[in-house]
Amino acid sequence: MNKNGQAAAFYDLEGTLVSTNLVHTLAFYAKRQQGLWQTAKKSVGTLAKLPFFGVADLYSRNVFNEVFFKSYSGLSQDRLRYFSDELFEEVLKPAIFPGTFDLISSGKKIGQRQVVLTGALDFTIAKLMDHLGIDDYVANRLEFVNGYATGRVLPPVMASATKAQWIREYAERENINLSGSYAYSDSISDLPMLSIVGHPVAICPDFRLRQTALQHDWAILDLK
Amino acid sequence: MALQLRRKTHESIVYIDKDSAPRIMPFGEDFIINDLPVGTRVIYPNPPIKGLPNREAAIRYAVNHPIEMEPLYALLEPGMRVTIAMDDISLPLPPMQTPDLRQTMLEVVLDMCGANGVDDVHLIIANSLHRKMTAWEMKRMVGTDIYNEYYPDRYYNHDAEDDDNLVTLGVTRHNEPLRVNKRAIESDLLIYLNINLVPMDGGHKSVAVGLCDYESLRAHHDPQTIRDSDSYMDPPKSVLNHKVIRLGKLVDDACKVFHIETAINNKMFPEGYDILTRNEDEFSFADRMKWEVMNKTFSKMPRAARRKMLHAIPAQYELIACYAGKTEPVHEKILEKNYQQYEIPVKGQCDILISGIPDISPYNVYSALNPLLVQVMALGYHFNMYRNKPLLRKGGVMIITHPCFDEFDHNFHPAYIEFFHRLLPESRDAFYLREKYEREFATNPAYIEMYRRGNAYHGAHPFFMWYWGENGRQHIGHVIVAGAENAHVPEMLGWERADNLTEAIAMARSYMGRNAEITMLHQPIIGLCNVTD
Repeated sequence: MNKNGQAAAFYDLEGTLVSTNLVHTLAFYAKRQQGLWQTAKKSVGTLAKLPFFGVADLYSRNVFNEVFFKSYSGLSQDRLRYFSDELFEEVLKPAIFPGTFDLISSGKKIGQRQVVLTGALDFTIAKLMDHLGIDDYVANRLEFVNGYATGRVLPPVMASATKAQWIREYAERENINLSGSYAYSDSISDLPMLSIVGHPVAICPDFRLRQTALQHDWAILDLK
Repeated sequence: MALQLRRKTHESIVYIDKDSAPRIMPFGEDFIINDLPVGTRVIYPNPPIKGLPNREAAIRYAVNHPIEMEPLYALLEPGMRVTIAMDDISLPLPPMQTPDLRQTMLEVVLDMCGANGVDDVHLIIANSLHRKMTAWEMKRMVGTDIYNEYYPDRYYNHDAEDDDNLVTLGVTRHNEPLRVNKRAIESDLLIYLNINLVPMDGGHKSVAVGLCDYESLRAHHDPQTIRDSDSYMDPPKSVLNHKVIRLGKLVDDACKVFHIETAINNKMFPEGYDILTRNEDEFSFADRMKWEVMNKTFSKMPRAARRKMLHAIPAQYELIACYAGKTEPVHEKILEKNYQQYEIPVKGQCDILISGIPDISPYNVYSALNPLLVQVMALGYHFNMYRNKPLLRKGGVMIITHPCFDEFDHNFHPAYIEFFHRLLPESRDAFYLREKYEREFATNPAYIEMYRRGNAYHGAHPFFMWYWGENGRQHIGHVIVAGAENAHVPEMLGWERADNLTEAIAMARSYMGRNAEITMLHQPIIGLCNVTD
């Protein structure tokens, strides 16, 4: 690890910089299906799966991702991309925490590179990343065959240890000093990513991450 | 011999004799009782000066008869922009019973503003890099009516990181920069409401420090300034004070400041708890019973409950003087009154200074006194409460009583944790720490956001706390913590530990000799020892 390189700030996105989560995005697309019947079917299906998603997420973020992205199966690439601007304006932009811009600007002021690692889908957040002034980001990518989503996510699936692995490789490649870097997340599933930087910060953390942060004397932030 | 030992040089100074009662000492959130060696000099706070019978009338008189300025009503014009800034929760200590003095001052001033057609009024808490006050604390400080009318749009904390709302006033002839709260400085009139608890407070410090940003503060909150201040509780001999006066001139050039300063007596505790500041030899039977009950109750309570209970006891301070007008002459008048209340003439320095550390400090209101704050209370505040010369001889031993628990408040003191656990093991050299780490902490985005959006002390604040103990650290030979519950906290602070006070005194005597002169500051005390040969 480079001890003299530039520092970076690595952010989880959903629940950390914005208040939405993956389900909000899925619900947004469910409401924008072709025809009334398809819309109703997809919306009810999404609603019915919520408890299942919750349990899967509690068990493992990887299992959750596997299960969750199956819901996109059969959706057309064109439609997903077409509505992504609307998704940004209607769902993501209003969900940005009031403190998000200040946090990013404080990091930039001291020369940190701003990097987001998220389990969200790449096409859904591209505009948000521009809006926040993020330098680099990595997100999950859906597999499309003949223009339709298969419900599978292309590897590497951004979650838990994969995020930490990606940060290590990124730091190596970009000459980033991890000891001087920051990582921000709201969830215990990002513990690996928080553990590999010198300055881990919990933002509006879930119960388990709050306990971990308190035990390890990590900073706990509330951007709301 | 007994008569000689019982000699009374001042009503606040008592010498321990063979039949003297044991002394009550603070021990963090607890109180302990200890026998002291015969001949020990015990310094108590002066008796409280009687408070003014009608404080509202006293404040009204002051603003109508100001020093070197026109009366407040003559300065107010319809449609003008007025900002009223006031001290934060670090003053007074502990927080005083309601109505807080600031509430009374505000009621008088706002009433006058209203009567003169001034509607554009903002109330700003001059917290500088201190933690922002919570809504509950703000409400308690100004009362429900003012709070409901002004909070949150026109009653708020100063934000030293809000670039859009700060304005640069320039630099002094010594190149000290000053950037302060824009709303306050661009107002047609800035009124400052001050409570002077110790001589370090008030004067130009109120605006030039209370409403500034980090870069401005760092010009004078540095180890060299503290080393050169002998002591910072004695303004004429305080380099810190000289620097602040220079900055104050910049403020005076930029805006019209009407300063209202108040002095309060030292009536810290309500009836029942007042035994904690009195001479134990003069305890009545009822006083002894009070102590027994207090001691038994405290011993049965967990630490957090004791802390909560102590923090719930409001101080009974009373107004003893109020002056208004131009900053410097007003401050001089108030300092005179402060000295009248606090100054204790002490003949001769001591070799061993004993000082209990109570759970009362400007920086832990409603939270734990963490190790860095124990340090600032011992080497900063308690050591520096002198004029002329330090109470403790150069190279002497300071004994403090505190459990020294390794406990930090994550919401209020996040940067302190990193400072203590990451930096102190590397170095205790204040200059080195300032050079290498201060700016890193000050620009830490997480700490900045915790300061701005939460109630955390600024990232640079633990450094200032460390510098605050700098002249104590340079002067004192050894610090011994009696009753420290662990070894690592004293060790990280560069101190020694002893199981109890008796052992600590024996250790101190091994350094200073059997005939070492011992003095105990009977804490909690707000007193300024005027030490002469």
